[in-house]
Amino acid sequence: MNKNEVPQDKGSLAKKNVHELCYAVDENGRYTAVPSSGWEAKTLALNESLKLIDERIAMTKSAVLAGELSPIAYYMELNRMDLPLLANYVGMHRWFVKRHFQPRRFDKLSTKTLQKYADVFGITMAQLKSPIR
Amino acid sequence: MSILFEHRQSAHCENGVVSNLLHHQGMTLSEPMVFGIGSGLFFVYLPFLKVNFAPGFSYRPMPGRIFRKLAKRLGIRVRHQRFSSPERAKAVLDEKLDQGIPVGLQVGVYHLTYFPDEYRFHFNAHNLVVYGKAADDYLISDPVMDYTTKLSTQELQRVRFAKGALPPKGHLYYLERLPEVYDLERAIKKGIRQTCNDMLAPVPIIGVNAMKWVARNIRKWPKTIGVKKTNHYLGQLVRMQEEIGTGGGGFRFIYAAFLQEASTLLRNPALAQRSEEMTAIGDAWRDFALNISRIYKNRKSGDDVYEQLAQQLLDLATREKQFFMRLKNDI
Repeated sequence: MNKNEVPQDKGSLAKKNVHELCYAVDENGRYTAVPSSGWEAKTLALNESLKLIDERIAMTKSAVLAGELSPIAYYMELNRMDLPLLANYVGMHRWFVKRHFQPRRFDKLSTKTLQKYADVFGITMAQLKSPIR
Repeated sequence: MSILFEHRQSAHCENGVVSNLLHHQGMTLSEPMVFGIGSGLFFVYLPFLKVNFAPGFSYRPMPGRIFRKLAKRLGIRVRHQRFSSPERAKAVLDEKLDQGIPVGLQVGVYHLTYFPDEYRFHFNAHNLVVYGKAADDYLISDPVMDYTTKLSTQELQRVRFAKGALPPKGHLYYLERLPEVYDLERAIKKGIRQTCNDMLAPVPIIGVNAMKWVARNIRKWPKTIGVKKTNHYLGQLVRMQEEIGTGGGGFRFIYAAFLQEASTLLRNPALAQRSEEMTAIGDAWRDFALNISRIYKNRKSGDDVYEQLAQQLLDLATREKQFFMRLKNDI
């Protein structure tokens, strides 16, 4: 890659005024580090991945609204987590966490357990229990 | 209190932290040098391990390996500590800062508040340096950022004790002793030799063989798992190759920069030649990423697209195989 070929597309990094360093060859054939503001090819790949996450969130959200899943499932997706990771964060076995996805069981959860979930998701217990928007 | 610490941006976090910590102690090694001596170039395919709903691909070895290898090859003594108690982890960090020692930390990316939202995934092998404390904030030199940043005590505790795969467990490290004399030439040769052996390893999940395996799977995926999933898997491959931290082309350009520097140091013109070849290979990797991104852009589908991508990856594998065999002979 030549120095003038380092892509300068407006990527998601540009928003926070962050650049990333790329290594490229200058006119004399020597390597130098050149800041890049993003590359369309990888922005597309990243967006594809983000779209998949959004799809999962939307799907879980409608399942929660339909009363098939508890809000815990929704907040898990919103925080880009999966079941083993969430179980790891709250310090329970994933079987229990999966059971808490059932609205019937979620309603019976103790304040202590609910607080654990709320802390992991960075929200209050009231938010966790209130209907999702 | 803040330690006078020079923040220099780098392409990859681990190299950057190591390079900056060494520089602070007066030992100047460029980022490509750290990467090359630590044998950072790699390829691994873990089809059975699902990361972010796609199989695991990586263009780099296990986190921490670059630093460990480098330290061993140059005789640098590094002290690593992990903790079960967050309070203890904080106390040790504060103590080291009080002694005027900048400290490297392994952290999870998801809760790093200064990262753009798009980059916040549950990935636990990021590295940064803490070089001081101002009121309740820690002063952070994150080598992939243009500028230094801050994290509050609470935020720092959160990223240090992130959960999931490869949990940091408050992992901190600092340089304990630098060698008085070290043999840079020998270290470079060792680093190159190991990279050649890694890339030519006779196992299916590592190096050139792993690339071939991925290529075979790209052919199969559209039929077995459907086009949508295939596209997601390929997207993951592009992200691992080009996302923040690789310097472009899945680290190939950093490696080419290393070979160029090594050529001067070892007075070996053959390595300069290899550096140029590696640059060409890096360009081919970028073409590969570009072709994958066209699938999203044009919504082009059909088996021939995947057939071409598979062929392209296969060609890359063949090229790299020949390359590393030649490189091994040059050393």
